[in-house]
Amino acid sequence: MAVVVENLTVRYGEITAVQDVSFVAPTAGVTVILGPNGAGKTSTIEVCEGFRSPSSGSVAVLGLDPGREHHALTHRMGVMLQGGGVYPSARVKDVVSHFCALYGKKINATDLIEQVGLTSRAKSTWRRLSGGEQQRLSLALALAAQPEILFLDEPTSGVDIDGRDTIRTIIHEAAQQGTTVVLASHDMAEAQRVATHVVLFQQGKVIANAPLAEITQSRKRLRFTSTDTLDTLALSQSIGSLVNHQGDGVYEVTAESSARLVGRITQWLGEQQLPLRGIDLGEETLEDAYRRLTGGAQ
Amino acid sequence: MKRVFVQLRAELLLLARNGEQLLLTLVIPVVLLAFFGAVDVLPTGDIDSIDFLVPGIIAVAIMSTSMVSLGIATGFERSYQVLKRLGATPLTRGELVVAKILTVFVVELVQIAVLLPIGFAQGWRPAGSTVALAIVAVLLGTATFAGLGLILAGSLRAEINLAAQNGLYLVLLLLGGMIISQDSLPGPMASISAALPSSALAEFLRSSLNGDGQLLAPALVLTVWAIVAPLIAARRFRWS
Repeated sequence: MAVVVENLTVRYGEITAVQDVSFVAPTAGVTVILGPNGAGKTSTIEVCEGFRSPSSGSVAVLGLDPGREHHALTHRMGVMLQGGGVYPSARVKDVVSHFCALYGKKINATDLIEQVGLTSRAKSTWRRLSGGEQQRLSLALALAAQPEILFLDEPTSGVDIDGRDTIRTIIHEAAQQGTTVVLASHDMAEAQRVATHVVLFQQGKVIANAPLAEITQSRKRLRFTSTDTLDTLALSQSIGSLVNHQGDGVYEVTAESSARLVGRITQWLGEQQLPLRGIDLGEETLEDAYRRLTGGAQ
Repeated sequence: MKRVFVQLRAELLLLARNGEQLLLTLVIPVVLLAFFGAVDVLPTGDIDSIDFLVPGIIAVAIMSTSMVSLGIATGFERSYQVLKRLGATPLTRGELVVAKILTVFVVELVQIAVLLPIGFAQGWRPAGSTVALAIVAVLLGTATFAGLGLILAGSLRAEINLAAQNGLYLVLLLLGGMIISQDSLPGPMASISAALPSSALAEFLRSSLNGDGQLLAPALVLTVWAIVAPLIAARRFRWS
């Protein structure tokens, strides 16, 4: 395992940001630490990077203690901060060249700039880059380490569609080449696209820690949209499965989806002269899983 | 060592891109020297005013550049998370401190190259034959004030750092024997002044450039400051 977190607690004075958290990040996988803002993701990542000391518990990254063996770890890890990290008047080419030279791994700065799609902006200063371009430059600086492990904090935040594609491709390629990627995000849909392993955080605690497939493919779901005033009890009795109102006329049936079940629902709606505005069959998404595991909280 | 030069290059490049800051760093000592060299209003004790002023203004330039400019810029780097980002690279705290001290030393060489001709034009002639000692004084002064600037920048929030740098600068400027002679200060203040790094630097420069006054005492005081301040800076420096 590239990252082993055991009983980690991080406190800021009276506030407990992370409480007795344990999880692992498999080597050469993409582990997404997922949860809403303030769930403790960044605090956890910062302990892993060696920027923050744990109040209690232990963390091992590539077998090293990030606090005590931080310098040894810096040669092997790439870090992308949640924001900033570059002097506003620094030019893209200069700052990438600077970081390549600091790591001393003979990576060509021009190639790296091209890899993150910033060739046309190579002479621009940080302050003149868009939010998405700044994120891509930050990713380039992390890649300058030619890392064994990449820590990315909200890498696609504020990035446009093309930029997200670029970042996703880079993450997949890095993992394919054996790099472990640990990524913090609150974007469930984005996380589902890149994750191989998911650690779900809620209010400083881990509520799930498993491969993506295990979390999402264990359940199928059927969701449909009709009027707000549907009699869920009557429908549940008619189809023989529990129906829950999710709000805004969206209903979820807690049963394995099937053509027969869909037929029963449409038939019942027809009999009641109620509209069927939409129907969604399929595997549970990360967002569904998160809502299920947190009892609907987001 | 290679990383020190990589960082030094980046710092100099960044400095060159912030031309307005560089200009200010050069202009203030030049204006002070030109004005007080022409208008004889400062209490300079027994020394001829221009002999007092040239080493004193060089000391002011060193303090401005290595403490205030460096300290404030580093404080901003903290608020921009530049330091935190550097902290994730193999660059160590010690290497960063050395690179920053070397950067200000380069700027000071430019400042001195501008100030000396102005001093000459106003009639100053170095009487001392110990220019090598003056260079030592500049190096020790740079290490001292860069260390002090980085101690503040490395441990205070950006806004508090800005105020603290300017406050300390004012105290050292007034009490530090740079533009006001120690002899003109009241008894207790003069005693405090002798232990300050600004007095030590100004006196060390005057002795080595003018060939008069004490050399050993200020050299010793400055050496202690030059060792202690950067050491504390490197130890207390926080990346974030």
